[in-house]
Amino acid sequence: MEKRELVCVACPLGCPITVTFDADGNVESVTGNTCKRGDAYARTEVTNPTRMLTTTVKVEGGKAYVVPVKSANPIPKGMMFDCMEIINKASIKAPVNIGDVVVENILGTGVDIIATNYAE
Amino acid sequence: MLNYDLVVVGGGPAGMAAALKARENGVESIIVLERAETLGGILEQCIHTGFGLHYFGEELSGPEYAGRFMKMLEGTDIDVKVDTMVLDIADGNVVTAVNKKDGLLKIQAKAVVLAMGCRERPRGALSIAGSRCSGIMTAGTAQKYVNIDGYMPGHEVVILGSGDIGLIMARRMTLEGAKVKMVCELMPYSGGLTRNIVQCLDDFGIPLKLSCTVVATHGKDRLEGVTIAKVDERLQPIPGTEEYVSCDTLMLSVGLIPENELSKNSGLQLDVITSGPKVDEYRETEHAGVFACGNVLQVHDLVDYVTEESQIAGLGAAKFIKGEKVTGECVYTKGINGVRYIVPQRINRETDTDVKLYFRVGAVYNNAKIIVECDGKEILSKKKVKLCPGEMEYVTLKQSVISELPADAVINVRVEA
Repeated sequence: MEKRELVCVACPLGCPITVTFDADGNVESVTGNTCKRGDAYARTEVTNPTRMLTTTVKVEGGKAYVVPVKSANPIPKGMMFDCMEIINKASIKAPVNIGDVVVENILGTGVDIIATNYAE
Repeated sequence: MLNYDLVVVGGGPAGMAAALKARENGVESIIVLERAETLGGILEQCIHTGFGLHYFGEELSGPEYAGRFMKMLEGTDIDVKVDTMVLDIADGNVVTAVNKKDGLLKIQAKAVVLAMGCRERPRGALSIAGSRCSGIMTAGTAQKYVNIDGYMPGHEVVILGSGDIGLIMARRMTLEGAKVKMVCELMPYSGGLTRNIVQCLDDFGIPLKLSCTVVATHGKDRLEGVTIAKVDERLQPIPGTEEYVSCDTLMLSVGLIPENELSKNSGLQLDVITSGPKVDEYRETEHAGVFACGNVLQVHDLVDYVTEESQIAGLGAAKFIKGEKVTGECVYTKGINGVRYIVPQRINRETDTDVKLYFRVGAVYNNAKIIVECDGKEILSKKKVKLCPGEMEYVTLKQSVISELPADAVINVRVEA
């Protein structure tokens, strides 16, 4: 039986989680987590790991140089650098509001990149 | 002289939460004084997510978390002055401040909340040999360069100290195309949150070198490299373990220091461990009507806990202003055997509330017990799977338990491994 040890990152507790797989490589059990979010994190992490991406994007015609942005939902971990390339080429016109979409459906992930602060 | 019931010094997460809570509890005239151009404090440059999981049940970025409190403030009649520096808090709670528009301001307050936050420990506080070339900065300074000013302060980075800001910057610099070579940590454990080690270092294969420090910097105009070395149990560099690492940037994430110049000048004595004022269960300092909360009181890991603490202070200030706050005989708290400090340092015996005792431990413990005792008698104990210095812990004392303790009793909190 195969096992994988993880540290949960769903919250600051950082629970040590053990995931065991059956002979076909499917998740058999998740132990060590203290909440449901830990269970979900562990299952995603061993099948399709995802991360929130946060960075900044250039502001045009405003007082601020850049405005912070985030992925509205987690994106596949392996796509972070590809997404960074797109975001670094993008820009947004001032004024910017929290929640404004900067890049729609980035790289076909279905996830928008949205502003997380105001910019005048 | 202006008159306000409550003056809040600092408009970061602590100041905003305290002001709002005081307003909610019937304080009529409140003013928040903020040194920077905008409210929000350090959250404005903390663009990563993870804020608000406890308080809002959502994963927000720093500016989003701050933005919610700014919106709440806008919906009230609380006055805010930005670009305003508080110079002095005199006896009788007279606050002196200055800004470009009003010049010198004198404000008579019934109560004051200190919410000035903290500063990073700078290079000067470490004794690293080498020239004063450019390329050496605190992680928070680098964070401002990248996230607010929009430029990269370097390409090849070594980070000294595994505090959360250092870890966050390791990821941030990597995402922006820099090579982060390593994070060196003097202690045998990291000072950062576990999830930051996983998401900021492990994800990108950045090595965390424990029991390791920077002993020299090299370069004339710009940093060219650093010498690192392993340290022994007394944290002294071990001769023969030196290693040269080329880099153009050294970021320091070596601790935060509460910014208490105002508190000290007003005559408040600071706790030697927290470097913050000593407070009671409502965060009232040793000066009547002066409260303290957030990172100026004790350095927190999570802004959610800053908000919680500041609401306690805001409620306390409201009770004080309305003449409803209990004062009198106190019991005192003390951290021993692995517990470094306790906030609050004293509790009014006749308090009207249960009291959470916040503390940090001095080492990493697995399957340990937190024991609270008074006069050799156990008051309560709490099992913990894991305790580490990077994460603040608490135990809750019931009001009924507190009221039965004798005056001036000392409550000891310790770890049993």
